[in-house]
Amino acid sequence: MQAPLNQQIVISGVGGQGVLFVTRLLAEAAIAKGLAVLSSETHGMAQRGGTVLSHFKVGDFSSPLIRPGHADLLLALKAEGIAQHAAFLKPDGWIAVNAAAAPADGGNRCCLALDADRLARAVAPKAVNLILLGFALAASPAESENPLFCDLAEIQSVLQKRLDARPQLLENALAALAAGAAAPAAV
Amino acid sequence: MNRKNLALGNEAIAQGLLENGCAIATSYPGTPASEILSSLARLQRQTGAALHAQWAVNEKIAFEIAYAGCQAGLRTAVSMKQVGLNVAADPLMSAAYMGTSGGFVVISADDPGPHSSQTEQDSRLMAMMAKIPVLDPDSPAQARELVAVAYALSEAFRIPVMLRPTTRVCHARQDMAPLSPRPPERQPAFEKNPARWAATPKFRNQLHHELERKLAEIAIYPATAPLKLNAAGETPKAIVVSGVAAAHAREIMADLGIGDRIALYQVRQPFPLHTDFTAQLLAAHSEILVIEETMGVIEMQLADRQRVRGKLCGAVSRVGEILPEAVENSIRQFAGLPGRVPSLPTVPGRRPTLCAGCPHRASYFAIKRAAPRAIYTGDIGCYTLGLNLGAVDTVLCMGAAISQAAGFYHAFKNAPKPPDIVATIGDSTFFHAGVPALIDAVVQGVKFVLVILDNRTTAMTGNQPTPATGTGAMDEPLNRVAIESLVRGCGVSRCETADPYQLEAFTRTVRAAVKYSRSSGPAVVIARHPCLLDKRRQEAAALAQAPTVGDACDGCGYCLKNFECPAMGMDPETERVRIDPLVCSGCGVCLTICPQKAIAACARD
Ligand code: SF4
Ligand code: SF4
Repeated sequence: MQAPLNQQIVISGVGGQGVLFVTRLLAEAAIAKGLAVLSSETHGMAQRGGTVLSHFKVGDFSSPLIRPGHADLLLALKAEGIAQHAAFLKPDGWIAVNAAAAPADGGNRCCLALDADRLARAVAPKAVNLILLGFALAASPAESENPLFCDLAEIQSVLQKRLDARPQLLENALAALAAGAAAPAAV
Repeated sequence: MNRKNLALGNEAIAQGLLENGCAIATSYPGTPASEILSSLARLQRQTGAALHAQWAVNEKIAFEIAYAGCQAGLRTAVSMKQVGLNVAADPLMSAAYMGTSGGFVVISADDPGPHSSQTEQDSRLMAMMAKIPVLDPDSPAQARELVAVAYALSEAFRIPVMLRPTTRVCHARQDMAPLSPRPPERQPAFEKNPARWAATPKFRNQLHHELERKLAEIAIYPATAPLKLNAAGETPKAIVVSGVAAAHAREIMADLGIGDRIALYQVRQPFPLHTDFTAQLLAAHSEILVIEETMGVIEMQLADRQRVRGKLCGAVSRVGEILPEAVENSIRQFAGLPGRVPSLPTVPGRRPTLCAGCPHRASYFAIKRAAPRAIYTGDIGCYTLGLNLGAVDTVLCMGAAISQAAGFYHAFKNAPKPPDIVATIGDSTFFHAGVPALIDAVVQGVKFVLVILDNRTTAMTGNQPTPATGTGAMDEPLNRVAIESLVRGCGVSRCETADPYQLEAFTRTVRAAVKYSRSSGPAVVIARHPCLLDKRRQEAAALAQAPTVGDACDGCGYCLKNFECPAMGMDPETERVRIDPLVCSGCGVCLTICPQKAIAACARD
């Protein structure tokens, strides 16, 4: 039996990058572990290429939103998300960002960068989201005092269930996840 | 074990409807309410429930269809967004007087923020104006529970009941128990009673008295009474919350560790506010803070200005979403705790834009070319984003592009050089509210061009079908109404259809329409090309290759400024435009845009 676990994650990107899909995978992994989940997402105008932000909370919460200074992790699918959303993090929160080099504006928080756009061109053109997720999952236990509530295998099994009927998509998704997990952080 | 699922707030509402025997559900799409009906249609397909779920042409029609269903004794529901309720206000006010026979739930989803709406209006005030009870859920799970409560309440008092979720309920996701089997169906039965269902003003007066009696009883109805959320005893201070503010407050009070010092009450039925609760609250507590979205509906019913704080004294903001950080700051101040939660820095995010390859972008580009100095009246939908391109000057509400074009025409018609006027409206919006406006423009001989941006879907809200699509909410085949014949039926004698992807030809069509309109009155151009978010289109487009930018590009930036395709950007190194193959849809429209002809189609390999 695990101790009750509370974790808050902010996922940011722009329309079309699959922010909501990543949120869903995390949520289903949490439910599979018997944890309570709340999340909140932006719809509408924001989906037309504008900023998309998703709040994700697992554990004992009632509000669907994260207050500034309370998030454990910021998953930024665009580097510009750091300036916009790093203030959600608590002091020991960390950042996984899609950027060519670790940006300076992450403050003194632990900030791990991966050029997921470049990797995506080689591996899976539309899967920047899964590449970054794989990267964050692999980086989490080693690099942080504050590990993610789930691991790579758990996300893989969620993907397997979701994309069961579409083997080609599943293969691409798993490849993207694995490529991200295997990638070293940029400096 | 019943494994839990992840449910969107709107899916949770749909589950609630189906579990409680809803037999007719109608809607017009609008964010944040759209997924209620689409989820319902999906659940119907999965379970084979005897349910009629449909998209109606607008909210007024949707309301009237569902209302007639409850007159026939069935449980029914209509869903829409808050501005949609304005469109349905007319039948709402009357339905409150006449009451119901079966249970009737009016779901009006509010958008504090506003994330994708013209206003932040509070539907609870509309419920108050109509004099019907309104329930205010704090979460997807509670929204589902309150559907059952709403039906029971509606049938106990024969009154329409409003359920008012907000964006943070509709678009929150939560783990949830799976759908449980639904109760047996009823047979429809319509009891003729003209004094009630077709009442003259004299009877309406009686019905109004009856309505007031109902409200007084609903104000003591136990099933919707406020809840005390913590164990605080006799404390001088109390906080009253509703909607998602209740969810924020519960968590914040626990974090701050003041749950035993300040009583926390949740109001689930903001109108009519329970009279016993009001009396007890004012008797037991000397200082009261009310936190609710968007207007002070509860606050104004606690009419003791000396002891009640909230929006009126500025303790809670009257504008915008009440984010949890704002709730925490209000609570800290009320509790006398030091410290403030900083708000997020206001770093400008990306502004939304039409998709790469959106046919509307090409339409707007052509309109600007064909009528460069025109007044451009716009409307509600994805294509509102034509304002980025300088091709939308006004956006008021659904259908207003056409009526405003008429207004501008009448204003300028005696001017020495009246401007050209080009109105743009989407296909779904045209069906919704454009048709009556077009009839009026024809009758008045308004000289303007109407471009109907026909992408064969309701794109902004998630690609729901339109009356031209030929399929329904449950994917069933339906009749179609052709936009061309509708336009001609309104009395327009010049109506042409063209594909905006064929930019040159399309521009000529608009130019000719503008010329015609100057002398002869309304001209309509139907700009027809399917939305890129349509699944099949996406697959076809995936085959198309991104064009290449050649040496002739001198970095003038004309395309970036005037066409704003998100796939295009300036490469700082080469000082030339670059096309991102991950974003480009391969539509090829930019080939005709570049003054240098520097963009070329890529040969397929
Ligand atoms: S969703 Fe469709 S209509 Fe809307 S911007 Fe994209 S392509 Fe255009
Ligand atoms: S072909 Fe040109 S206009 Fe069309 S999406 Fe690609 S870059 Fe944009």
